[in-house]
Amino acid sequence: MSRILLGLATYVIVAIVLLLPPVLVFTEALRQGLPAALATFADPDARAAIQLTLEMTALSVVVNTAFGILAAWALAKFSFPGRGVLLVLIELPLSVSPVVAGLVWLLLFGSQGWWGDALARHGITIAFATPGILLATIFVTFPYVARTLLPLMQRQGRDAEEAALLLGAGFWQILWRVTLPGARWALLSGVLLTTARAMGEFGAVSVISGHIPGLTETMPLHIETLYNGYQTVAAFSMAALLALMAMTTVALRGILERQADKAGASQAGADKAGGWA
Amino acid sequence: MPSAARLPGLWPRPRVRTRRDALPGLHLALGATILWVGLLVVLPLLALAIRPWQDGAAPMLAALHDRRMLAALELSFGSAALAALVNLPLGLVLAWSLVRTRLPGRRIVDAVIDLPFALPTAVTGITLATLYGPHGWLGAPLARLGIRVAFTPLGIMLALAFVGLPFVVRTLEPVLRDLPPELEDAAMMLGAQRRQIVARVLLPPLLPALATGFGLAFARGIGEYGSVIFIAGNQPFRSEIAPLLVVIRLQEFDYAGATSVGFVLLLAAFLSLVVISALRRRLSRGLGGGETA
Repeated sequence: MSRILLGLATYVIVAIVLLLPPVLVFTEALRQGLPAALATFADPDARAAIQLTLEMTALSVVVNTAFGILAAWALAKFSFPGRGVLLVLIELPLSVSPVVAGLVWLLLFGSQGWWGDALARHGITIAFATPGILLATIFVTFPYVARTLLPLMQRQGRDAEEAALLLGAGFWQILWRVTLPGARWALLSGVLLTTARAMGEFGAVSVISGHIPGLTETMPLHIETLYNGYQTVAAFSMAALLALMAMTTVALRGILERQADKAGASQAGADKAGGWA
Repeated sequence: MPSAARLPGLWPRPRVRTRRDALPGLHLALGATILWVGLLVVLPLLALAIRPWQDGAAPMLAALHDRRMLAALELSFGSAALAALVNLPLGLVLAWSLVRTRLPGRRIVDAVIDLPFALPTAVTGITLATLYGPHGWLGAPLARLGIRVAFTPLGIMLALAFVGLPFVVRTLEPVLRDLPPELEDAAMMLGAQRRQIVARVLLPPLLPALATGFGLAFARGIGEYGSVIFIAGNQPFRSEIAPLLVVIRLQEFDYAGATSVGFVLLLAAFLSLVVISALRRRLSRGLGGGETA
């Protein structure tokens, strides 16, 4: 009896709380038919928003992956004073409010910020321009690669690396040929998390972007503009595209993790929430 | 680029090379990490920590007495706590079904639980506002019952519950998995009643996990912006969350006001991070103990 009730409760929660929202996104997008939905993407501002989102995502992924790998290497293979502090600092951006993640860059580069005026005199604008959006996006996706790699690299130990060293390999060779191939699933998983989060970032980017349609509007910001302008179909069409992009990325990560589990290469799946929080 | 280990002139090597320091690349990797963390995390957060006091303590102290800000903070902390609380039973039901039952469609349920993580916050925001709006699929029937969700504090709580739910489920899952069902059977055989089993056998090992899940959902809720502002109504003193007040103060070019709210939010984030990592350490100890028992 209680089993059935539990199952029923599960289905109700899943259907109403979790499934209804994504279903609504696509229903609202297609309310006036597919052509009306697709017409959204013919708008130049919409195209500019999609392009900007893709660019910002790609750049954030490159920066945070490159540094994330080096950080994971230093933190996993060595012990040094201040290691704990570094770990906390790397984690910190995940708990900071997105709005604060945008605000901090305004305090540095805004017109009332520390360096905003000085840079503006040299013709460099960061706030209310793409460099600011990039900084905000990098900040909110900062830890993902490092923290998915770190536990795996720690489990790998140092034996293979030390053997490679004895055989005459240098640092880059060891990293590229020995450490990373064993950690490729975790690395990809971290990259996908970074991608999903970077594409969808709203609060941080909203604070620093200035919302200039066609110039500094990313997809999430464009969705807000359309929605507040009562262009419901357009807003939900853009939302459907963004949701599809993000959900595909996350689903890819799920498939990957199952593959890795089969290969026995990763136990990272054990703490799924750990990837996000 | 040559590795750091090959540039003895530039990088001082430790005089005694113990085995632990034999691997190359520490200086390069650590240097890059410090640069990355320093420029992209420490520097901006320092700006937030220093900036409020830059014009003297008076404006900051005045800002801290701003009643609108206090109302916004109260609303944010209160609804985040309530939402996290609501998520505990919901999360427990989902986690229990996933771990302890052979529910048909379990794999789909498992995949769907991460949806709130996967949906971008702006998408969640406009979707929940439409779904629970006066003409929405759920908003219209609820309105007939006299319950208004959208544009009220209830809507804020609902949005926060949505984004926080996966944290609770994913924290409870591994702990439940490590809790052998035999314990309950044994307790039942020894004559324990249902209530006793829940209170004495199930709850104690689950408590740290529930606390961690609550903490994660709460921390996320305090700072949440995109999924909330569309459904919130955003009336000062009633349905204006703290992150939104930051944005409003910035639009008014009131940097001191924005920074003081941001500073409180940062402090709260830092504190929850400390508490959560302490809880997590306890949790992993508990899990380790469970395996040896």
